[in-house]
Amino acid sequence: MSVIIETAKLTKRYRDLVAVNELNLKVEEGEIFGFLGPNGAGKTTTILMLLGLSEPTSGHAAVCGFDPTRLPLEVKKRVGYLPESPGFYDDLTGRENLLYIARLNRIPREEADRRISRLLEQVGLADDGDRLAQEYSRGMKQRLGIAEVLVKEPKVVIMDEPTLGIDPDGVTRILEIITGLSRERGMTIMLSSHLLHQVQQICHRIGIIVKGKMIVQGDIHKLGDAILKERQWNFLLEVDGKTDGLETELRSISGIAAVETHARGWLLRCTKDVRPDLVSLVTQKGLSLLQLRSEDPTLEEIYLKYFREA
Amino acid sequence: MNVVFWKELADHFSSRRFMILLAITVLTGAWAIYAAGQSIRQDAEATAAEYVFLLLLTSQSGGLLSLATFLGLLGPLVGIMLGFDTISGEYARGTLSRVLSQPIYRDSLINGKFLAGLATVAILWASILLLVIGLGIVLVGFPPNAEELWRMLIFTIVGIIYVGFWLALALLFSLLFQRTVTAALGSLALWLFLAIFAPLVAQIVAGFIAPDPSTPEQLARQADIAAMINRISPSTLFGESVHILLNPTARILGVALAEQTQGILLTPLALSQSLLLILPQLTTLFALVAVCFGISYVKFMRAEIRA
Repeated sequence: MSVIIETAKLTKRYRDLVAVNELNLKVEEGEIFGFLGPNGAGKTTTILMLLGLSEPTSGHAAVCGFDPTRLPLEVKKRVGYLPESPGFYDDLTGRENLLYIARLNRIPREEADRRISRLLEQVGLADDGDRLAQEYSRGMKQRLGIAEVLVKEPKVVIMDEPTLGIDPDGVTRILEIITGLSRERGMTIMLSSHLLHQVQQICHRIGIIVKGKMIVQGDIHKLGDAILKERQWNFLLEVDGKTDGLETELRSISGIAAVETHARGWLLRCTKDVRPDLVSLVTQKGLSLLQLRSEDPTLEEIYLKYFREA
Repeated sequence: MNVVFWKELADHFSSRRFMILLAITVLTGAWAIYAAGQSIRQDAEATAAEYVFLLLLTSQSGGLLSLATFLGLLGPLVGIMLGFDTISGEYARGTLSRVLSQPIYRDSLINGKFLAGLATVAILWASILLLVIGLGIVLVGFPPNAEELWRMLIFTIVGIIYVGFWLALALLFSLLFQRTVTAALGSLALWLFLAIFAPLVAQIVAGFIAPDPSTPEQLARQADIAAMINRISPSTLFGESVHILLNPTARILGVALAEQTQGILLTPLALSQSLLLILPQLTTLFALVAVCFGISYVKFMRAEIRA
């Protein structure tokens, strides 16, 4: 797999504020890369520099092998960009808006018409294509934005906060479209977000940026494992029945380091996998097991951990 | 650039704003012709017989503005109305970053927009002039001669450059102030300043430089200084150019002493001579447009596009 987006010590300074600080980023072909960070961390600034819409103060970026500052057109031919809450020309219909973009990309009229109809279908706007853009809801605009990005059939799609301010149903549809693009067309997708659980659902790799610095970058599962190694095995146990004395017996199981009472059960901090022991103990005492759940680190935890360390 | 140009042109023509402008200009144009028709008979006796047609543009009856003066007043308004949201409007709608992430050069956007504005102005101005010629033929009873047509054509070109200045200014402001309202108010404020306060300021400054207007020479000098300062304003440049262009007999701008005008024959000037007279005005006007647009251009090419 080849590297599609790469930055080396990319830096953007606004007077005395360092928005992006020596950022090193690598996005490989065909993956969905989640670019995470709190508000104002420098996500959008980085994206703008990748597209040549903003000039880096120092450092270097390469998108599809081209420097966006020197050859912005080559980059823009290959990259589709969906800004945060994209705007459209209100007095044009959705279809006309797409057509304008197609013409800017010098796509012949017939081909453009065909692509636009297919894309409107794909994002679920087939029936609304001929309505004025000002009548569109936020979610519809976002989907129209995705269709617009795809009009030029890009190799890479960069999306800035694609799910911001959209209702849950809309979010699901957008995420489905994004995964579909990656799976069916092998598109490389980079999306920035601060909504972690959504990113967790669809991204292959993530990078976390805080205060302009890339703190960690890598496979979601590997990042989770890294934390797991530092942490002990954690389980949440919930049972039903007479639970007197269970706590002392739990403590006596070797491998359980600490037992904390939780809202409806116990949180067990262990040094190894004690699940078989727990299950046999519970059956032996004649209790019914309601749940025994391993507390995997969610992305939220990974994120918070790194975020706080920064 | 073509794509942007045609889209912007289509936008202009379908906008309500353009309808309003068109209605205002056509109505007042028709009214000015009607008024000129009332007074043209007296004025015609005072001017060279072969240039009656131009009187339609310059003749003013009973305190009403002549069509030329009126166009000079309306021009800035047209320019500002067409230009004030060129860039700030795109910012406000959040379309700029979307458009600029397409494979087009940045300058093709700003060039296309500016040219579309100019084309709109040209169409407005030309339609007024055609209206004038049409009504004029009905009113006067004979068609304009070649010289008059040439003068009207050049008047149109000068007018487009003049409105082009205000368009470029509005464009610049729409780039400097990302809020549409600020851009509109800023351009309007500058227009009012140049139209109303600049002459006053010019008068005061001239009074300082040449304080004693006791002799005719001194008085003429003071007036000359005031006129020079006034020429900062494109409205003055336009006014003077139009005055010379549409009055073939006019050969002096500003004050002339009695001994200077002695012996001047009141024959009309040839077109080339009239043009020679206003060449400085025309060049300055053109330069102002170029400078204004140039600043916007440079600014836009380097701007960070965040919305």
